[in-house]
Amino acid sequence: MNRFFDLPSDLQHSWFGLIGLHLREALLPVLAGLVVALPVAQLCVRFRWLYPPVLGLTTVLYAIPSLAFFVVLIDYTGQTELTVMIPLAVYSLVVLVPAIVDGVRSVPQETLAAATAMGFGPVRRYFQVQLPIAVPAIVAGLRVATVSSISLVSVGMLIGNQGALGNLLNDANIYHRPELAVNSVVTTAALAILADAALVLVRLVLTPWMPRGTRRVRRTRTATARPEPAAQPVLEDAVR
Amino acid sequence: MIRIDSVTKRYPDGTVAVDRLSLEIPDRSITVLVGPSGCGKTTTLRMINRMVEPSEGRILLDGADIREQPVNTLRRSMGYVIQNAGLFQHRTILDNIATVPRLLGWNRQRARARAAELMERVGLDSSLAKRYPYQLSGGQQQRVGVARALAADPPVLLMDEPFSAVDPVVRKGLQEELLRIQDELGKTIVFVTHDIDEAIKLGTMVAVLRTGGRLAQYAPPAELLTAPADDFVEDFLGTDRGIRRLSFFASSALELKTSPIVAVDSTAEQIATRGAGDTPYLLVTDLDGRPLGWAEPGELTAGEIDPGRLLPYGRPFEHGQESLRAALDGAVLSPTGWAVGVDGSGRVVGVVSQQTIGEAIRGAHAEGAAVAAGTEAEVSG
Ligand SMILES: Nc1ncnc2c1ncn2[C@@H]1O[C@H](COP(=O)(O)OP(=O)(O)OP(=O)(O)O)[C@@H](O)[C@H]1O
Ligand SMILES: [Mg+2]
Repeated sequence: MNRFFDLPSDLQHSWFGLIGLHLREALLPVLAGLVVALPVAQLCVRFRWLYPPVLGLTTVLYAIPSLAFFVVLIDYTGQTELTVMIPLAVYSLVVLVPAIVDGVRSVPQETLAAATAMGFGPVRRYFQVQLPIAVPAIVAGLRVATVSSISLVSVGMLIGNQGALGNLLNDANIYHRPELAVNSVVTTAALAILADAALVLVRLVLTPWMPRGTRRVRRTRTATARPEPAAQPVLEDAVR
Repeated sequence: MIRIDSVTKRYPDGTVAVDRLSLEIPDRSITVLVGPSGCGKTTTLRMINRMVEPSEGRILLDGADIREQPVNTLRRSMGYVIQNAGLFQHRTILDNIATVPRLLGWNRQRARARAAELMERVGLDSSLAKRYPYQLSGGQQQRVGVARALAADPPVLLMDEPFSAVDPVVRKGLQEELLRIQDELGKTIVFVTHDIDEAIKLGTMVAVLRTGGRLAQYAPPAELLTAPADDFVEDFLGTDRGIRRLSFFASSALELKTSPIVAVDSTAEQIATRGAGDTPYLLVTDLDGRPLGWAEPGELTAGEIDPGRLLPYGRPFEHGQESLRAALDGAVLSPTGWAVGVDGSGRVVGVVSQQTIGEAIRGAHAEGAAVAAGTEAEVSG
């Protein structure tokens, strides 16, 4: 058991250090993705014709293997965390943009008409009505983006040990210590589950206005519908 | 006063939703826009708060073109109620109602106090204040919608089929509530519906629109029922407009008879004298004067009157309060052909036969025709 947490010194981190690094490399890109996705999605809602090309673009970007990204980025950002995080941020857009667009569009026509009729300008209406009502959809998107980002960070091991927990896989190979690989996989999975649970909690806190029945329905819906995109990146890990 | 002045709305796709519509909407009364689906009611209503801009013509509010003030100022001075209420699902009932006061810059405390006051006004229990819209019934949500529209005390209220998504019983309650609130507040209400009965019940003036957004008739409801302008309006009014028109005539015109009434504890002598009149039946009341049922005088034995064996008395009408329609309904429902008039507390004030009601109706019609002829003369003159 001791050897399980006895990490080779070339990692330059304790187990907890690796976890912190991993979370930073996984979550900052999602946050950046959200910051970019919000205005992009708003533009797509405003100008309907913009949505299909934007959707197409995010999908194409998502299809670029991370290795290809690294090769290009390494000239500019070197063997740093940033080189790992930029592709992850780009990948998160493929889930976040449609999630926000669908969420904002799901606000009932009547609600919008009522807001306009009461004298809400477009900006106020967006921030006080559309965005809050879109929160469940946005959080659903964030959950997928976060889980896939946590699992994708590991590929960072390809560029000078920037894969955080993923680096353990490499070391397991080099030092013939399979328990390190187990550690890597189990810890990554646990992080993903905890992050997901945290987001569910955030959603519950932000949306006391959601019907309980629907809440459960929505959860099962996300549980059955979402794993497809969520599972995809995990499977594609091997390819990347 | 709101004046719609020869307004046309042509949507970008070429649909003419409203065609040269002119209407004068009087202050402090309910003006109903009614017509078949797609005739431009919503479009007309939304042009009043500029959610839709007219293609031609203009709309004046108290003499000034509504385009003269900033659009959001205009909208905040007009309450707006829609079908399914359109509540903010992410805000509590109290905060929903406080929306416009908050937009107007009231502090939260004052806005909420005002919202609580309005909840009471529209008949919502204060225990609902902290709930969210999904926790309310359709009828309650609609009340919240009305309260929200009234929150900043706007002089004008625009209502677009506000009660059409609730069941008939709840709808009736909401309509009566609206009339009561209107009695208290005296707003200028423009009310859209496709239900002609609702229009007739609520409207001080009713504008019937036809498909293509043209005005078919603009008149008070009684006149609409008496003298529909054309086949379209007549068709739209439906079959029994003669009967429905009776709701505009007060039952106070009826002379009630008090002679054929006996209390349940009457003596044989009283029964004999009362039964000797020209009416074939006697109405038996309880000791409080409430109706029990009808019987032929010969069937009544003093001291042994069994209320269970009396003939039913139908639905009594409140004399002076309810209309001739209610009186006629009572007479038709009663197996004896006599209607029972009661006071506010349900005590019998007299009875009246179908025949007498018929005479009153003929009298009222003659009067009504004269009134209609009078307004026509005014219009043409
Ligand atoms: N934004 C729009 N673009 C094009 N046509 C429209 C638009 N809104 C409404 N219309 C058309 O204008 C006409 C009048 O519509 P409106 O919504 O005013 O009808 P309505 O009387 O309120 O009908 P309903 O009783 O069904 O609510 C209809 O033929 C409708 O299809
Ligand atoms: Mg409509």
